[in-house]
Amino acid sequence: MLANLPARLCALALSLFLIAFALPAFAGPFEDAVAKFANDDFSDTDEAIGVVASSGNKLAFPIISALQDGRLMADPDSKKVYVVGADGKSIDAATGEPVASVPDSASAVRLNNRLRRSVDAALGSLTLQSPDLAVRLQAAQSVFKSHEETALEAVDGALAKETNKSVKVALGEARAAILLFKSDATEVEKLEAVATLKARGDQEALALLTGMGDQPASVTKAAASAIGSIQSSLAVWSTVQNAWYGLSLGSVLLLAAIGLAITFGVMGVINMAHGEMVMLGAYTTFVVQEVIRTRYPALFDYSLLIAVPLAFLVSGAIGVLIERSIIRFLYGRPLETLLATWGLSLVLQQAVRTMFGPTNREVGNPSWMSGAFELGQITITYNRLWILCFTLAVFAILLAMLRYTALGLEMRAVTQNRRMAASMGIATSRVDALTFGLGSGIAGIAGVALSQIDNVSPNLGQSYIIDSFMVVVFGGVGNLWGTLVGAFTLGIANKFLEPVAGAVLGKIAILVLIILFIQKRPRGLFALKGRAVEA
Amino acid sequence: MLTKSTHDIAASFSRRGLLAATAGLMLGLASITGAKAADDTIKVGVLHSLSGTMAISETTLKDTILFLIDEQNKKGGVLGKKLEAVVVDPASNWPLFAEKARELITKDKVAVVFGCWTSVSRKSVLPVFKELNNILFYPVQYEGEESERNVFYTGAAPNQQAIPAVDYLMKDEKVKRWVLAGTDYVYPRTTNKILEAYLKSKGVAQEDIMINYTPFGHSDWQTIVADIKKFGSAGKKTAVVSTINGDANVPFYKELGNQGIKAKDIPVVAFSVGEEELAGIDTKPLLGHLAAWNYFQSIKTPANEKFIKEWQAYTKNPKRTTNDPMEAHVIGFNMWVKAVEKVKSTDPDKVIDALPGIEAPNLTGGTSKMLPNHHITKPVFIGEIKGNGQFDVVWKTPSLVPGDAWSKELDGSKDLIGDWVEKKCGNYNVKTNKCLGSGS
Repeated sequence: MLANLPARLCALALSLFLIAFALPAFAGPFEDAVAKFANDDFSDTDEAIGVVASSGNKLAFPIISALQDGRLMADPDSKKVYVVGADGKSIDAATGEPVASVPDSASAVRLNNRLRRSVDAALGSLTLQSPDLAVRLQAAQSVFKSHEETALEAVDGALAKETNKSVKVALGEARAAILLFKSDATEVEKLEAVATLKARGDQEALALLTGMGDQPASVTKAAASAIGSIQSSLAVWSTVQNAWYGLSLGSVLLLAAIGLAITFGVMGVINMAHGEMVMLGAYTTFVVQEVIRTRYPALFDYSLLIAVPLAFLVSGAIGVLIERSIIRFLYGRPLETLLATWGLSLVLQQAVRTMFGPTNREVGNPSWMSGAFELGQITITYNRLWILCFTLAVFAILLAMLRYTALGLEMRAVTQNRRMAASMGIATSRVDALTFGLGSGIAGIAGVALSQIDNVSPNLGQSYIIDSFMVVVFGGVGNLWGTLVGAFTLGIANKFLEPVAGAVLGKIAILVLIILFIQKRPRGLFALKGRAVEA
Repeated sequence: MLTKSTHDIAASFSRRGLLAATAGLMLGLASITGAKAADDTIKVGVLHSLSGTMAISETTLKDTILFLIDEQNKKGGVLGKKLEAVVVDPASNWPLFAEKARELITKDKVAVVFGCWTSVSRKSVLPVFKELNNILFYPVQYEGEESERNVFYTGAAPNQQAIPAVDYLMKDEKVKRWVLAGTDYVYPRTTNKILEAYLKSKGVAQEDIMINYTPFGHSDWQTIVADIKKFGSAGKKTAVVSTINGDANVPFYKELGNQGIKAKDIPVVAFSVGEEELAGIDTKPLLGHLAAWNYFQSIKTPANEKFIKEWQAYTKNPKRTTNDPMEAHVIGFNMWVKAVEKVKSTDPDKVIDALPGIEAPNLTGGTSKMLPNHHITKPVFIGEIKGNGQFDVVWKTPSLVPGDAWSKELDGSKDLIGDWVEKKCGNYNVKTNKCLGSGS
């Protein structure tokens, strides 16, 4: 025995030596999992997310949240993984040790949609007890969406501590979603879950209830009745939603048509270049945003407010120029006006195409115009809401201008009876130019708003010109209120037809209806009456 | 009038650019061979809209061909002759495409034409190319169901784009419910017909397929996006397969982003959205939505990096993007050059016979081959939209996919093949062993 001792010691030393060297390989499941992020393989990354999230290691949250934001860097050569903090400082993801710099060969760990769902689910259960209320709410919602059984414990733990009412409700719903899909949950638990989801009553609850698979008979029955009641309440909401969409479409139509209501409606000029005035307004917005982006990035949220007056000036000035140089020679010759302005619209399009290129230009949404909020069961997007408010404001200002200012009075006088106005000392040609400029300027303002929902391309105007004429003719030429009512009527009719007939047929149906309507009432909804009509 | 003048401007511009680029070489040549007239160039027609709605997409392709000709001339041209581009502007006007094609072939005597984007423009020029026997290289993904002797299709057929994309969603994302959304014209309608047949053959029920068409340039997507949201809440994983054309995509994606539909909930895979279309939108809300193409700018291969560098230098724009139809033109152009050099002639009949079997490297590392049905082999990539307007490739086919002229999914065409080498027929029925000819 004793004679063997040196040999045994030697073997022990050797094995210790080996262990010391091989240590990284036996470093435990957490470190192994972290190393997998460096493989650039989607299924390895997925596995790593699962292990890291359930490891209980305090690095789990920084790693997963870095992964979500693209701040988790992996070096494919050394298989090292780093977390780059939001403050720019980096740590080794496996050990938590700070590192001086991340090697250049490291790149952000890539995600695909499946992995993004895994990350959401993992972050959800990791942040259920975050001190930040919004984060907790978000976490409860992602658990609700992923409803994985493993999260149940975390949800129960969070529920016991939660004091905020809305987070509590969200947690309860997440718990219900998990229990509904948990195979060994009791029937009572499942029935409660169905009731909770029924109370939630939205499309996501509906999705869970319809997709829950085989369940005990009593649960299936309860779910069927819950589905029925959710569906009928959603049907009511969908009518409200269509009405809102109609108002929103109507506001866009009104905005596009309101300038035309001046140039065509009040002045009687068939202005085919109206759409291009809208397009110029949109391009003005683009230029304003470019300048702001490069020089004053902090002002980006105000870019639209700055663009509105500028667009009015640009389009208005070009409108005055057009009136002075072309249209004034063509008064009383509608066919020639039509052809001249049509040609003009092509020239303007090609000019913009040459200056800015044929491709679309990016006009960003300021933060206050992005996103949406929920009103009951419908989603209202901020950009549409703001455009509706903006349109109504423009309409009110225009109406007030025509009613209460000297220029407005002169405009009305000239359009109602040119010769009489002239003999009263009004410079009719000046008023003509200003009126046309006003209409064009308002089209420019419309361009600012439309740049938020449509493409900023040289063809922008073409897609609105037909609709604009439709609105003005339908509403009654020469009547601003008619344009307002016409735009909203067409918008709402279109949006109630669209779900039934489809977008293409819906549009055709609207056109046919307008043609029939014009047969019956050639002067539109609100016809002008009196001697002015004959003039 | 307008189009005529644009044509002249464009043509003279291209000639000037060509002259400038090759001035030194020309000078050297001229001193040896003496001054030669323009007869000693080979003329290449470029038939892409430079104005109108399609200008947004087609102008880039015109520039691509000018760039390729420039590069080829630097290498000494073809058969010892310089190439000369003849650029015309069909102005997104389908009948004008046929007129301009006739002008290119009869008046300018071009050896080959690179052009067209929409299927309707291709259909419009077909009779002209048949009658005057010339060659058209068509670089855009299209609905298939065609194989013509005078046309070479370097874009994707449905089995090189749509079907692999659907396969990816089915396998990797486990999608069970499908929205087929498209613009209302021939390409989306045919593609959706093929996809519907394919999905049904894979056991997808009718109620799990929603088909929706919208007019060109549709901008109010509120109702349709809400419908998609509703359709997606039936408890099964849902995806949107989008054949929505060009411009209308921007408001569509904006509405998706605003209504909070994320790619991880309902992914959208698009067949007409490339780097160029994304240049007009803020792509952050679109993170993870997909596109299926045979080429992405972000693919890292030496050939692609070289091409992007030279292209950006040529256009003097370090941010200029590249896209799939451009790559198709690169492949097509190189195949044509190889075929011409093989038969030592630009005679269309000889070149048409020589083209099948010609191979040319594509920019993503493989070698594409011209097939007897006048389509080519291509790899298929699925890319996810990244925050910077580029795509991150998440999946690709293991090998190059040969293009099918006739879809195997449709009853009317599953027995048809195009074979211009042995059968000399574009629509040969393998069941009845008959060529249907041009009558069908």
